[in-house]
Amino acid sequence: MKSRIGRPAIPPWANRALAAAVIAVAIIFPFFFTEAAGWVDDMTLALAYVVMGLGLNVVVGYAGLLDLGYVAFFAIGALATGWFMSGFFADANVHVLVGEFTKNLPGIHFNFLIVLVFAGALCAVAGIIIGLPTLRLRGDYIAIVTLAFGEIIRVFVIQGDEINLPFVGGDAHLTAGRQGINPIDKIDLPFIDQFTSLNLRPWYWTALALVLLVLFVNIRLRDSRLGRAWIALREDEVAAASMGVPLVKTKLMAYAVGATFGGVSGAFLGSYLNTVNADQFQFGFSIFILAMIILGGLGSVWGVVVGSLALSLINTRLIPDVLNDVPSKIGLDFNLVDVNYGIFGFLLVLMMILRPEGLIPERRRQIELHEDVDESLVEVTHA
Amino acid sequence: MEASTSAPPPPPALSRGLGAQVQEFLSKYGLIALLLVLPVVYAIQDLKDDGNLAGIANNLFDGLSNGAIIALIAVGYTLVYGIIELINFAHGEVFMIGSFTSAAFWGTIGLSLTSSPVVIILGLLLTLIVAMLVSGGLNTMIERVAYRPLRSAPKLAPLITAVGMSFILQNVGLLWLGGSPKSVPDLIHAQEKVVTIIGININRADLLAFVVTIPLVAALTLFVTRARLGKAMRATAQDPEAAKLMGINVDTTISLTFLLGGMMAGAAGLTYALYQTTIWFFQGFQAGLLAFTAAVMGGIGNLKGAVIGGLIIGCIQQISDNRIDPSWTPAIVFAYLILIMVFRPQGLIGEETREAG
Repeated sequence: MKSRIGRPAIPPWANRALAAAVIAVAIIFPFFFTEAAGWVDDMTLALAYVVMGLGLNVVVGYAGLLDLGYVAFFAIGALATGWFMSGFFADANVHVLVGEFTKNLPGIHFNFLIVLVFAGALCAVAGIIIGLPTLRLRGDYIAIVTLAFGEIIRVFVIQGDEINLPFVGGDAHLTAGRQGINPIDKIDLPFIDQFTSLNLRPWYWTALALVLLVLFVNIRLRDSRLGRAWIALREDEVAAASMGVPLVKTKLMAYAVGATFGGVSGAFLGSYLNTVNADQFQFGFSIFILAMIILGGLGSVWGVVVGSLALSLINTRLIPDVLNDVPSKIGLDFNLVDVNYGIFGFLLVLMMILRPEGLIPERRRQIELHEDVDESLVEVTHA
Repeated sequence: MEASTSAPPPPPALSRGLGAQVQEFLSKYGLIALLLVLPVVYAIQDLKDDGNLAGIANNLFDGLSNGAIIALIAVGYTLVYGIIELINFAHGEVFMIGSFTSAAFWGTIGLSLTSSPVVIILGLLLTLIVAMLVSGGLNTMIERVAYRPLRSAPKLAPLITAVGMSFILQNVGLLWLGGSPKSVPDLIHAQEKVVTIIGININRADLLAFVVTIPLVAALTLFVTRARLGKAMRATAQDPEAAKLMGINVDTTISLTFLLGGMMAGAAGLTYALYQTTIWFFQGFQAGLLAFTAAVMGGIGNLKGAVIGGLIIGCIQQISDNRIDPSWTPAIVFAYLILIMVFRPQGLIGEETREAG
């Protein structure tokens, strides 16, 4: 196979071998560290963010719709665990497929896997609802409308403790506001003991499984008819429409798929962080996730994985532990943790100006930079 | 939440005749009707409870003076969008830096509550000039650093750097004055009543907002419509390529636009600091989104529209703050924003950008 970008050709099996090696290392990773070192905790969080990054990548990277309200799906996914996996609705008494310990608690308790599906479905619907008004809008207006939706949902979460739910008796509110819903049930998978906050390894492996699942879906979608339609849409909406790409359906699918991933990750984080409160759902979080995928490379699956891991670890490790007292050492009176969002903003600006294609660019974007039109590309689209 | 219940049905109807007429009617008057919902509901409530309209009239008047500040910021969004079709996300932060600069500057030149009125007025005039220059300069610098290198890049690229700049400046503000709202000396005794006309209390703060906004917007309008450079701005907004062929220096013109927008934001910053007497790093984000909504409501790219939109948003904000709950205000304003974008993206007056034709 001829190399398209002037690099020596890599045989196809090398890529697969590399992927298998990375996955193997990822699986045995927790055995290298004790709980106390905090690496397992940080990596679990990072993997959950990878899932979100991959979700946002579908909307922004593939379909080219800038979504600044992605935090909404984190909120909805996490709220799903708050509603269906905790004692929040203390008057209700619903237990579905839960373990011995949880069975005796008041409230609504579903098995985590069921809630995961709930959260995904709920977010898909929310994604479509948020997507509908943006269909006829131009790119930058889409950004503002999604931002507005994100903020509206945040206000609802904050004010939710004053909203009484209709049709149910008793003292049932929408959310617990800033105080937060906690505790949330720990994940309870079939055939194994319920997870605890003492042993983080099962959490890590669950997050890893979610990442692999989402990764698989993401890659398959990208190479599918739908994925090609998204990319066509991103490159030129008018041309795509005239070639028969159904704009409405394609855009809404992008929102729905992206939102579903966000909801899945949100549900995991709800259970893992053991609380669902309004302060988790700031606008800054949307930018945090956006910065991840821009750092890695818009549209590039592996770029997004690397970018998300990198930025997440920068946030949990590099800034607080390594660089935190750098400003005070050079005579400035602040901690670096205080300005972490400023640092993410700086990264956004820097990446956009110096290397807009990201650390690991999408192959298609690299090919675009290459002048020659490759014959095999034409064949691929007809296959 | 009257806003969401009275939403007109979505326009895309294919059948002509009655459906098309209804649709046309809705797109013409639907937004205006929607905007009247809040004041009308609370006016009726006032009539029922108090027997007069003083309550709602006061809300609306406060809304106008508050909206004057929003209008000053909205003008900056609309100028920049009109010329390079970019939502200058960092504009709200430029306004915030304007507030911070003002407070720091009048502290430096020694203005305090005990200064004589003449000194205060002269000092504040000087502060106004400094705030306008700092904000204008900052805005120009942002354009130079973050937007100009990306002028030929895909449209999302400068928008993303704009968001990045906004976060950087927010954190500058955070380091400058800390994470919680800071109160500043109430130099003009903002809440002191000047006069009461038909039940409406007019405070010094209200007067200040009008005294700053009206001349500035008038001067800006004159500049854009009459001056040579203003003509160059309008030409660049219409067609940058043709403007370049006619010998207009497009880069300078764009810089000038950012300078003017930033200066207005700086003036708004000073007015806000005196009006609210508290400033904090997050004020720019909130005010920026309100002002952006105002600019879209008036029709982005349209100066007159931005001012009218600002006044309307000010009224909505004031009514919501006083009658519903301040914490619901963002949701209500954003609900309006979404409805406007969906049903009347060209705004109340109509926009003047290239895409709108």
